Amino acid sequence: MLLLLLGGCKPPPEGRVALPGADLERGKLVMQQAGCAACHVIPGIAWPKGRLGPDLTGFARQGMIAGRVPNRPDVLTAFIRNAPAVAPGTTMPAMPLNPGEARDAAAYLLSLD
Amino acid sequence: MTRLPIFSRSTEQALAGWPPPVLDPAGPFASSITVLSWVLFAIGGVILGLVLAALWVALAGPERLRSRLGGTRVIWLAGIALPVVVLTALLIYGLTLTSMLRTPTQPSDIRVRVTGEMWWWRVAYLDQTGRVAMTDANEIHIPVGRTVTVELQSSDVIHSFWVPRLSGKIDMVPGRRNVLRMQADAPGVYAGQCAEYCGGAHALMGFMVVAHRPDDYARLMAGRRRPAPVAGGEAARGAQLFQSNGCGACHRVAGTAANGLAGPDLSHVGSRRTLGAGILPNNRGTMIGWIGDPQSLKPGNRMPAYSMLPGRDLTAIAAYLETLR
Repeated sequence: MLLLLLGGCKPPPEGRVALPGADLERGKLVMQQAGCAACHVIPGIAWPKGRLGPDLTGFARQGMIAGRVPNRPDVLTAFIRNAPAVAPGTTMPAMPLNPGEARDAAAYLLSLD
Repeated sequence: MTRLPIFSRSTEQALAGWPPPVLDPAGPFASSITVLSWVLFAIGGVILGLVLAALWVALAGPERLRSRLGGTRVIWLAGIALPVVVLTALLIYGLTLTSMLRTPTQPSDIRVRVTGEMWWWRVAYLDQTGRVAMTDANEIHIPVGRTVTVELQSSDVIHSFWVPRLSGKIDMVPGRRNVLRMQADAPGVYAGQCAEYCGGAHALMGFMVVAHRPDDYARLMAGRRRPAPVAGGEAARGAQLFQSNGCGACHRVAGTAANGLAGPDLSHVGSRRTLGAGILPNNRGTMIGWIGDPQSLKPGNRMPAYSMLPGRDLTAIAAYLETLR
């Protein structure tokens, strides 16, 4: 009983993690390793700051992904792995990430508000 | 041995082998330089200790020692004789070592010519007679256990060729040919970096040396001599777009009409570990990003942005370049 009560004292999680259990830091690292910043400005990644694709600053506040599909955690995870399958015709290609990495990357993007 | 990562780019850990560790040699030439480095650190430490001891004597030592410290004998011995002996020994040691790194080509050596460009590396594999056998860029393939003689030159400003784990560092000077020998004892990817400030994107001028087992190396080089396979599907459309957009005016693709020499040779770009000279991982996304807007990635480089092309054309060109292996 005491433990349950103490559980309530836990401070609120830092940032907004839209995907439970996802690792934001790892999400940032896998995006660095995949080179996402070659096309996107991504807060927290100092270099590069590619301009071919949209700036992802404040991405959590964005309503749609690529202006086509709703910006929901599950949709975003799928889009990061295989964008053409989710939004045919987009310039963004499928990226070499496994599902877990894509989920962490999505969580990182959804923490950007 | 201790690894000192002396470079810090925001993509730390983002690229394999980056940042290149120093004092972590992977071959005989780098080993001898590492030994020299530790000898220098050790001598520096001993001299620092002597100076601190002398300082202590001067400030708080017994009277007898203090008067001796101020005498001419100490000045002759510690101020003149010791530096002359130590520095002369080090000079002989250092010059012998660097001349070993630059001994002229042995007949058994593999010869590679690397030309510094703002801000990438032109690579030419030479045959025994010194003729160019194959060209490439930003990546050097070598077999393990063989000495590779790298002939270094520059086509614009002074650059410096440095693969910390394989050899020393030497300038690439316009109008001059410098030679550096390197060797890797184990297969692997060894990062290199321009080590002489050469303009705005100097820090973004990296490359990779890939060491293969001898049979893998022979297979790789033999495979590269065969003409590039004819691309199909999306890649075929990409090959057409590559020609029609004039990419071949600056880039060469062996076996095609593209024979430009201003930019990096793309004959094997699909197999490269990195894009943009050691700065980005090589995948479909980074390829599209580079073609579409290289200026945002390496400001001031000579390639213009192709962001006027529709996304599907950029994708097709990237798909074509991926097939060039």
